[in-house]
Amino acid sequence: MKIIVCIKQVPDTTEVKINEETNTLIREGVASVVNPFDLHAVEEGLRLREKYGGTVTALSMGPPQAAEALREVLSMGVDDAVLLSDRAFAGADTLATSYTLAKGVQKIGGFDLIICGKQAIDGDTAQVGPGLAEKLGVVHVTYVKKIHSLEDNRITVERMTEEGSEIIRFPLPGLITVVKEINEPRLPSLKGKMRAKKAEIPVWSLQDVEADEEKTGLKGSPTWVMKIFTPEFRGGGEILTGGVEEQVGKLVQKLRETKIV
Amino acid sequence: MSIRILEEKCIGCGVCLPVCPFGAISVEDEKARIDPTKCNLCGACVTSCGFAAVELLQEEKETVDKSEYQGVWVFAEQKEGKIAAVTWELLGEGRKLADRLGSPLSAVLLGRQMDEAARELFYYGADRVILADSPQLENFLEEPYTEVMVEVIRRYKPAIVLLGATTIGRSLAPRVAARLETGLTADCTGLAIDEESKNLLQTRPAFGGNLMATILCPNHRPQMATVRPKVFPPARRDESRSGELIKIDYSTRRLPQRAELLEIIKGDGPSMNIAEADIVVSGGRGLGDPKNFALVRELAEVLGGAVGASRAVVDAGWIPYPHQVGQTGKTVCPKIYIACGIHGAVQHLAGMQSSGIIVAINKNPDAPIFKVADYGIVGDVCEVIPALIREIKKVRGET
Repeated sequence: MKIIVCIKQVPDTTEVKINEETNTLIREGVASVVNPFDLHAVEEGLRLREKYGGTVTALSMGPPQAAEALREVLSMGVDDAVLLSDRAFAGADTLATSYTLAKGVQKIGGFDLIICGKQAIDGDTAQVGPGLAEKLGVVHVTYVKKIHSLEDNRITVERMTEEGSEIIRFPLPGLITVVKEINEPRLPSLKGKMRAKKAEIPVWSLQDVEADEEKTGLKGSPTWVMKIFTPEFRGGGEILTGGVEEQVGKLVQKLRETKIV
Repeated sequence: MSIRILEEKCIGCGVCLPVCPFGAISVEDEKARIDPTKCNLCGACVTSCGFAAVELLQEEKETVDKSEYQGVWVFAEQKEGKIAAVTWELLGEGRKLADRLGSPLSAVLLGRQMDEAARELFYYGADRVILADSPQLENFLEEPYTEVMVEVIRRYKPAIVLLGATTIGRSLAPRVAARLETGLTADCTGLAIDEESKNLLQTRPAFGGNLMATILCPNHRPQMATVRPKVFPPARRDESRSGELIKIDYSTRRLPQRAELLEIIKGDGPSMNIAEADIVVSGGRGLGDPKNFALVRELAEVLGGAVGASRAVVDAGWIPYPHQVGQTGKTVCPKIYIACGIHGAVQHLAGMQSSGIIVAINKNPDAPIFKVADYGIVGDVCEVIPALIREIKKVRGET
């Protein structure tokens, strides 16, 4: 079983704060982390390997420092890691990213299953997984919360939906994106950390993956960011006063005025 | 697109440094420098510079004849023959965009024997309905749906295609956009038409709601977007409306499909789906003990609402993950959101602050949740919730 896990290095948005004077994002000193959903993808890859044998390769696209994120998942136990990094990849939207990752996957060689996190916490788009599957011409299923079985080269997965879930079976190769519910990611072992520290992480450029420059980075991105601004946070409202009974009395009165309650 | 500092104009004042959301600018030798690996070409620095020393060059390279692409489309999502509520919201917003462009509004419906439902789409404002009919389209699966969507888009060439940012929309849209090699913007909360260029201005939250970004797809068509449910009001239903029905029969043709849907499992009732509920009651660590979470459930039940939770209590195992509200959980936009013992980390706020009315109950008066609340009660949730339940029942005359 050959598994590829796609990961993204993201700023830890739990640490991102707004400078209230300038109304801009403070990014200084904000740590970079592996996108939390991707850790669940890595964990699921490792569990499949433990059950069915094979290899797990981590793949990422990003600036040279994204190698650190790959080192982190190497310390969790993935077999090897590849970084796609080139100035020509910078400024990619989800379409250009899907294309570039597909070129990376093709250079890695065949695969049975690609696992991605449901979305990245910086962009929150959830578009790269399905886009990558399309570029590779394989089946994809999003929001997978459980892998039920894997036999005769067919995988059965459970997808989370608004109303509950769906059980879907499809032939490999294919791609799934996973939600947090699927597992609890393991912590890196000391041995894993030692191995990750020494590991060579190949960095592949535009030429290495034989990508068309017109389809990568900013040039290959149909969408442009026109403007970025800080949202108008809702103004604080009214703090209800009085004793508990009086407070809830006022609140119920206000809610009744809306006619929703 | 490219950006550069005009060195003859830059005085190295550094005003642009804090303005950059990506920390891409530094001042070296009294000139601003932009790190291209960090720069996202958002143009924030261009507007901040008092010396017109930053130049953003936009290449206009059209890949398609844009004049061939006309009209606004809404993907009418259906499950088991029932049209999803977000469709009415998309039709309402799509109508406004279509009117601004002076072009027709169409709905695209994929399913099996959906003629009845197609009529509803006219009632909610569609001028035209494209109905793709096949037993294979009865339930959503990525491959056959992508095949049909791509085919009809190529044939009828809409300028704009809107889908709900639902499980289906967020899986289908990127696959369709990737095949068409066009742009797609996720989870929009604002849509408008640019006066001059007639391009679609797509506004969405980023960085966990810390920032908003307006996205353009200037040179590719169609312009595709998924739109967050519950952000826009539904269109008004008018039974006197009708329009042109284009029915395409796919039943005679085998659409590509490698996956099979084996089973649909219903969750544990309406309390599961916090994203669709009109009222959400959420609990956080301020409840003190997992057994106090029953109070949150009881209040939700009394109000006929769904149960939400902060990440802290989901991580602590008090309630399963589908109830988590916030950046790594679900985004909710109910008419009323009641936060019980929730501190209000920015990630939680990102998931609920577009709610209609926000009520916060917390014993810490400095908790950030009060900054977004319309009504706040400073007090112990374990006292306030039971009092609130009693009051509601009293007002209803149930006690």
